[in-house]
Amino acid sequence: MDDLIADFLTETGEGLAGLDAALLRLERHPDDARTIGEIFRLIHTIKGTCGFLGLSRLEKVAHAGENVLGRYREGSLAVTSGGVSLILRVVDRVREIIAGLEATGAEPAGDDSALITELDAVFTGQAVPEDAPGASIPEVAQEVPASGSAAGRQTAEPAGEVAPGSAKTPAPAVPAGQADTPAAMAIPAAAEAAAAPAGEGVAVAQTLRVNVDVLESLMTLVSELVLTRNQLLQLSRARNDGALSGPLQRLSQITSELQEGVMKTRMQPIGNAWKGLPRLVRDLSRELGKKIELEMRGAETELDRQVLELIRDPLTHMVRNSGDHGLETPAERRAAGKPEVGMIRLNAYHEGGHIIIEVGDDGRGLAVEKIRAKVLAQGLATEQDLAGMGERDIQRFIFRAGFSTAAAVTSVSGRGVGMDVVKTNVEKIGGTIDLRSREGKGTTFLIKIPLTLAIVSALIVEAGGERFAIPQIGVVELVRAGDGVAHIKDAPVLRLRDRLLPLVSLSRLLRLDERPEAERGGFVVVTQVGQNLFGIIVDRVFDTEEIVVKPVAPILRHVTMFSGNTILGDGSVIMILDPNGIARATGVGAEGVQEEARRGAAIASSSSVERMSLLLFRAGNGAPRAVPLGLVARLEDLSGDRIEMSHGRPVVQYRGALMPLVPMNDSWMPPAAGGRQAVLVFNDGGRAMGLAVDEILDVVEETLKIENGQDRPGYLGTAVIAGRATEVIDCAWWLRQAGEDWFGGSRPAAPARLLVVEDSAFFRNMLVPVLGAAGYEVVAASSGAQALKLREAGESFDAVISDIEMPELDGLGLARAARDGGAWHTTPMIALTSRQEPEAERRGREAGFDEYVPKFDRDALLAVLRSRLAATQH
Amino acid sequence: MQAELAPTHRAVAAVATEQGVLTLTVAGQLCGVPVLSVRDILGPQAITPIPLAPPEVAGGLNLRGRIVTAVDLRRRLGLAAREAGASPPMSVVVEVGGELYALLADSVGDVLALPDIGLAPNPPTLDPLWRDVCAGIHQDVAGHAEEARLLIMLDVERVLDIG
Repeated sequence: MDDLIADFLTETGEGLAGLDAALLRLERHPDDARTIGEIFRLIHTIKGTCGFLGLSRLEKVAHAGENVLGRYREGSLAVTSGGVSLILRVVDRVREIIAGLEATGAEPAGDDSALITELDAVFTGQAVPEDAPGASIPEVAQEVPASGSAAGRQTAEPAGEVAPGSAKTPAPAVPAGQADTPAAMAIPAAAEAAAAPAGEGVAVAQTLRVNVDVLESLMTLVSELVLTRNQLLQLSRARNDGALSGPLQRLSQITSELQEGVMKTRMQPIGNAWKGLPRLVRDLSRELGKKIELEMRGAETELDRQVLELIRDPLTHMVRNSGDHGLETPAERRAAGKPEVGMIRLNAYHEGGHIIIEVGDDGRGLAVEKIRAKVLAQGLATEQDLAGMGERDIQRFIFRAGFSTAAAVTSVSGRGVGMDVVKTNVEKIGGTIDLRSREGKGTTFLIKIPLTLAIVSALIVEAGGERFAIPQIGVVELVRAGDGVAHIKDAPVLRLRDRLLPLVSLSRLLRLDERPEAERGGFVVVTQVGQNLFGIIVDRVFDTEEIVVKPVAPILRHVTMFSGNTILGDGSVIMILDPNGIARATGVGAEGVQEEARRGAAIASSSSVERMSLLLFRAGNGAPRAVPLGLVARLEDLSGDRIEMSHGRPVVQYRGALMPLVPMNDSWMPPAAGGRQAVLVFNDGGRAMGLAVDEILDVVEETLKIENGQDRPGYLGTAVIAGRATEVIDCAWWLRQAGEDWFGGSRPAAPARLLVVEDSAFFRNMLVPVLGAAGYEVVAASSGAQALKLREAGESFDAVISDIEMPELDGLGLARAARDGGAWHTTPMIALTSRQEPEAERRGREAGFDEYVPKFDRDALLAVLRSRLAATQH
Repeated sequence: MQAELAPTHRAVAAVATEQGVLTLTVAGQLCGVPVLSVRDILGPQAITPIPLAPPEVAGGLNLRGRIVTAVDLRRRLGLAAREAGASPPMSVVVEVGGELYALLADSVGDVLALPDIGLAPNPPTLDPLWRDVCAGIHQDVAGHAEEARLLIMLDVERVLDIG
C-alpha cells in the first residue's frame, strides 16, 4: 500500500475515534461552537486529504457532510438530534470506506448518492434532518414501522422528527429556526474524557507513533532476554563463581527493569476499549426509547493491550445488555419511583496484579423468580437444587450456556450469545466474572482479569517424572500431602484445616506414570478457580520462575489442560497448566449446583440453606445415609480381625484405647476373616466412637435441608442430597448407643434462633449441626463485623454465641457493640473460649457477655443455652 | 549439528522443473520433503513429552528460544516404534502456518534435485494412511539406483494435520 495512504489511514482512524464523542457532546450542547469547529475541521481535513490522494468516493461524502457542518458552524442551521444522527451516518460511511481501503488498498465500490442527496437537502434547507433510529444502519430509516415512531413519541421526542420516511419524500421546507429542540436522550457524561480535545492546537509532541509490530518484537526479545537471564542465573548458582555473580546480578536487575519498561509500552488505558461505548449507548437509547446516562470511571486504568483487545468485545456486550435488559423504560422507571434517566456505570481499578472492571446499572436487577422458572423450564437444575440455593447462586445461572432472560428477543442483545460467552471469553484470559444484583435496584458485573498475559510468575512442579508450570495467580497455598489425604471410594480428598478439599492427581489427570506413594509423599497445590478451591497432587515442587507464556502449537489446541508452554532457565521446554482447564476436566469448577463460595466468604445469614460437606454412606438396605462431615473425625477401613467383642459389643483397639463400635444396621455381623469394615470415627477430647457402616460412598457439598415428618430413632429425617433421597442420621442418637450422651439430649420446646459468630469454619461446621440437632435454628457469621451487619439488616436472635478471638472485630468488640444500644442490647450473649482464665472471663463479662463456656464442651453450651433461653422466655 | 543443505544438481538437461528434496529415512523407508519448507536440521534433542497430546506428537523442543512441536514420523506413518537402544532421531524442522514443527526421522540424507516429471501419483493400493500424507512417489532416486529405491514425497501440511 502507498505510504501516503497508510499514513492517511492511521491519522483518519485516530480522528474518527474522537469524532463520535465530539458529536455526542454537540448533541448535548448544540451551541458549543468549539465542538462544532472541531468536527468541521476533522471532516474538512478528511475531505482535503482525499482530494489529494484521489479518493473520490470518500471525498464526495466528506464534502457533503462538511457542507452541513459548515452551516452549523455559521449558525445558519440549528443543530438537532436528527442532524447529529445524519452526521454520525456520514462518519459511519467514512469509516466503512476507510475499512475497505485498509483491507484492499482501494476504495470499495458503493453508492452514497442517497446519503449525499439527504445531506444536500439539509444543506440547502430543503429538508429537516430526520431522526433515524439506529444511526449506524442508515437504510433502516425507510423501514421504520409506524408503531416505532408512535412509541418514540411517548417519550420526549425532538421536534426534528416530523415525518418518518421523509428521506424519500422531501418534506416541506421548515424554517431552520424551528427545529431547535435538542433531544439529549443519551448523555455521555464522561465523553469529554474519552476525546482528545483537538481544538486546543498543536501541543509539543511528547509522544510518537510506533508500529505495534515493533512493540511486539521488542516484547519477544525481552522475553528471550528474561529466559537467557534465567538460564545464566541457573548456571551461576551451580558454579558458585563470585566474579560472575556480581555482573550477573546487575544484568538481572536491568533485565527486570527493561521488562517492566517494555511492558509499560504495551499498557494502554482501558478507556481505549470504552471509546465506542458513548456512541453505542446513544444509539441504544434511541433504539429502545430509554433514557440512558453512561458514567465511566477509571478510564485511565492501564492494562496490557493484548488483554485490552480481548476484553473489548465482552465489555461492549455487557454494556449493551445493561441497556437492553437491565434498564427499564422511562415509564417503568417513573412508576418505580426512580429518575427517568437510567445509569450505566463503568468502573475500572487496579487490585493486586489484577484489574477489576465493573459494569453496573441501576435498572430492574435480576429477577430471581424469573430465572428460577427459566432454569426449571430448561432443565438446568431441579426444584430441589434450587430450593437449596441462595439468590446469588440462582442469579449466576445467567452465566450458563444458552440462558437469556429477556422475555422478548430484541435486535439489540439478540439471542444465544449471552453472558456465557462473556464468561468464556473472560476465563480464556485467566479472568473471573461475578455479579451482584438486587431486584429493583440494579445489577453490577465484576470482571477480574490479569494485567498481562505475557510474563507470569509460575510454580514449577513435577508429576509422573515430568515438570509442569502452574501460574502463581491461581495458587492459594502449598501443603505437604502427608496423612491428610483420605479416599472416599476412589476420590482423594484432603482434610485441610476446616474443610475437605477435593484433590486431583496431576499424573492421573495427564495419564502419566503414577507413583503409588505420591499421594502421601507428595505435595498439594491448593488452587482457586473462580469460587472453587481444589488441590492438585504433584510429586515434587521446585521453585517459582518468571516464565514467558508462549501459545501452544495449533495441533495441540484441543488439549485444554494447558494454557501455553515456555522454556525454563535450563533450556528445557515445559507445559503450563491451565487451572481453569483442570477444573473443567475434573468437574470441580462446573458452574452451578456444586459451586459455592466458601473461601473467605462468609456464610452469614444462610442458616438453614447453608451448604456443608456431607458424607454419604450406605448402611443396611434403603436409601443412602448422610452425616455432616464436620462431625466426623476420621474415616477408617479396619481389618476385620481387629474387631473384638466386649460384653457383647464390638470394640476395636484404636490409637491406644478401646473404641466402641456401633453398627448402623441391626443385622450387622463382624466381617469374615480377612474382611474389612468401614468405620466413621467420631472424636471428642479423649473419647472416640466408631460407627460401623457398609460402605462409604462420597462426600458432597450440599445444602442440608431436612424434611421432617419421619419419626425414626437415629434419623433426623430425609434430605435430597446429590439428587437422591438420603437419610440424615442423628449423630446424637447413635452416639448415645455407645453409652455416652454426647450431644446433650432434650430439645427445647420452642425453636429458638441462635447466631453463631465464629471465624473458624471448622468450629462453625461443628456447632451449627450440633445446635441444629438440638432443635435450634442457627445462623452463622464468620466475624464480629459480619454479625453486626446482620444486626443492621434487622435480624434478631434469641441468643448470640460468639468466639472471642476473631480477626477484624473480636468477640469482646462485638459484645460491646451489641450492648452499646441497638436491637441486640438485651440479647443473651454467650462467649466460647479456649482460654479459661478468670481474668479473661472477667473481661468477657465486662464487655457484655452473659455466659462463658469452654469451646469444646457441648453439654455445657447446651445447658447454658437452655437455662438462658428459659430465663428470657419467661 | 547442521547437515549440508547445498543441493547436488543432477547432470541432466533441464527438460522440466526440478524440486530440491531433502531425503530422510523412517524405519527404513526413504522419504522426502521439499527442501524449501525445511528451516533447520537438528541432531538428537531433549524433547519434553506433552501429556494428552495425540500419540504422533513426540513433544516440544527448544530451538534457540522458540518452541518447536515434534512429530514422530514413525508413529505418524503407522510404522514400528524405534527399537530400544537405537540411535536417537534427527529433527527436520519445517514451518507451516507460521509455526515450527520438527519431523523426527531416523536419519537425514542428501538434498536431491528431482524433476517434477518423475513424480508418480500414489498407487491406489497404497495404505490409506499413507495415501493421505504422500504427495507422490519418485522412482529411481539417484544414489539408490542399484536398488531402484522409491522415495515417498511427504506432504508436510498433511503430515501435520493431526487430531
